[in-house]
Amino acid sequence: MSTIVYITSSNGLGKSAFEAVTYAKKLGSDVTVVTTGSSDSTTLAMLGEWGASKVLVDRSVNSDDTQQITRIIATAVEQTGADTVVFSHDLIAKSIAPRLSVRLKAGLVSGATSLPTNDGGFTCSVNVFSGKAFGNVNVKTAKKIISLLPNSIQPEAIGSACAVEEFNGGAGETRMKVLSTKKPEGEIPLTEAERVVSAGRGLKAPENWGIVEDLAKELGAATACSRPVADIGWRPHHEHVGQTGFAIRPNLYIAAGISGAIQHLAGVNGSKVIVAINTDAEAPFFKAADYGVLGDVFEVLPRLTEALKKFHATNN
Amino acid sequence: MKILVCISKSPDTTSKIAFTDSSTKFDENGVQYIVNPYDEWYALVRALELKETIGGNVTIITVGTAADDSVIRKALAIGADDAVRIDADATDAYFTASQIASYAKANGFDLILTGKETINYNGSQVAGMIAEELDLPFVSLATKLDISGTKLTLEKEIVGGVQVVEVELPVVISCAKGMAEQRIPNMRGIMAARTKPLTIIAPIEVTPLTAFVSYTMPAPKTACKMIDPNNMDELVALLHNEAKVI
Ligand SMILES: Cc1cc2nc3c(=O)[nH]c(=O)nc-3n(C[C@H](O)[C@H](O)[C@H](O)COP(=O)(O)OP(=O)(O)OC[C@H]3O[C@@H](n4cnc5c(N)ncnc54)[C@H](O)[C@@H]3O)c2cc1C
Repeated sequence: MSTIVYITSSNGLGKSAFEAVTYAKKLGSDVTVVTTGSSDSTTLAMLGEWGASKVLVDRSVNSDDTQQITRIIATAVEQTGADTVVFSHDLIAKSIAPRLSVRLKAGLVSGATSLPTNDGGFTCSVNVFSGKAFGNVNVKTAKKIISLLPNSIQPEAIGSACAVEEFNGGAGETRMKVLSTKKPEGEIPLTEAERVVSAGRGLKAPENWGIVEDLAKELGAATACSRPVADIGWRPHHEHVGQTGFAIRPNLYIAAGISGAIQHLAGVNGSKVIVAINTDAEAPFFKAADYGVLGDVFEVLPRLTEALKKFHATNN
Repeated sequence: MKILVCISKSPDTTSKIAFTDSSTKFDENGVQYIVNPYDEWYALVRALELKETIGGNVTIITVGTAADDSVIRKALAIGADDAVRIDADATDAYFTASQIASYAKANGFDLILTGKETINYNGSQVAGMIAEELDLPFVSLATKLDISGTKLTLEKEIVGGVQVVEVELPVVISCAKGMAEQRIPNMRGIMAARTKPLTIIAPIEVTPLTAFVSYTMPAPKTACKMIDPNNMDELVALLHNEAKVI
């Protein structure tokens, strides 16, 4: 058995890349990583520690043009005889895995939360109904594609650095031109963040977000918000989490002044630990949270930031 | 300009999620269906805005049974010109995308728009699959779309930021928040929707690649532990010692 893991390395290698390689290794197969992007060979060789036996790097594409990357992966599948392709279920995988599924006539498991079982041949669990249930997807084709939900398995270092080979995957022409890329400096991407501090209408006005940002900074967390807060322009759209915003699964989610409407919970209920801070004892968030603080965000948030500062001062 | 907007039905966001037939089927009992919010708020509304500024025709398409006609009428009420329903159960994303691609190929569209995902299966698959079937460029999760002649300028979400890209028509685009603002249909729209053309087409033969075989509900949450708002040191200690997240 042979598996291809596709990783984009333009942002360096993150935890999700190690998760994907670990997952592929656990399928019991020989793992070849295919990557595009700018990481240097020394960095890429590290993927061997997680179980890759080889990294193929195609440096001919400099955008995430879905047609080009699909062609490159398809070439690698053909050359290695791989029967499975694994992605980490990020924004790039969401745009490429479906194309590859059609090209290879390979059934796609979108957002897998577990390793496959032999049930009916090959069956994998995914989140459905915005995290309110799990669905078991049976893949009927010989070739399979699995896009792994981040934070679903623990990366395991098992080996040592592996070979990195330059690869020409026949990317072909691009029909998409990148005009500019904006990445806010120093901010943690929300969907990658291990900790998230999120706030809602309870903050009352955009100028009050300082106490949210202070806490996020002390925690090394990303910031998020509820939908109405993004809709009225208090916070940028890319912070909106929920059923119609980003779905996130951090280890820690702190919700301040958010009621906990069902549509909001749908985007955050995969979080490992939830803390809700609200003045209303009846707020639905207390039913979904692990820890609750019945109190005013304007007092509780600064107090929590202070308590964390004390904790970090004594524990570092 | 000919625009095709792919719409799907999804259960109302407040629906109770339950399963029947030994957990193999979604329990539709008491469930209200709506147009999938991403398809309606972003893809359809942006298509209508384009039509209003540069002219053209907006066709909506769905793969579904007669039970979905009410959802189609809702989308027509918001302003689409006509609708196509491929008369089949949308068994998997590949089946669905193949049907839509086949129709699009036969009828020639300049722009194909979808929502970023459905809120029931959250697969984010159909748009990319249509693009591959038609050998067209695909820009996913676009949050802004401007057009000048046959050239589109798009903003799209990337990990940790946004990217501005340019593509030529024809192209497939999946739409995310920021693309447009939700429109509430008015009485005139609802009346007009009743008589707008809805074409029903037989499906082509396609073998699905995947199938949902069963469903499970997540384990229920244990009770929330309440912390004294004056004692945040206790919360920090719990997050460190008990939850082990800091
Ligand atoms: C189709 C659909 C899709 C939707 N999708 C989403 C989505 O993706 N994400 C999303 O978030 N919402 C979504 N919503 C909206 C959702 O239903 C709620 O309206 C929204 O989440 C409420 O936001 P909120 O909690 O910030 O505001 P509110 O409901 O106004 O709640 C504010 C909360 O703050 C508390 N509060 C007030 N003052 C203080 C204080 N000083 N200290 C502490 N607490 C305080 C209040 O007790 C209250 O609980 C959707 C709705 C629909 C119909």
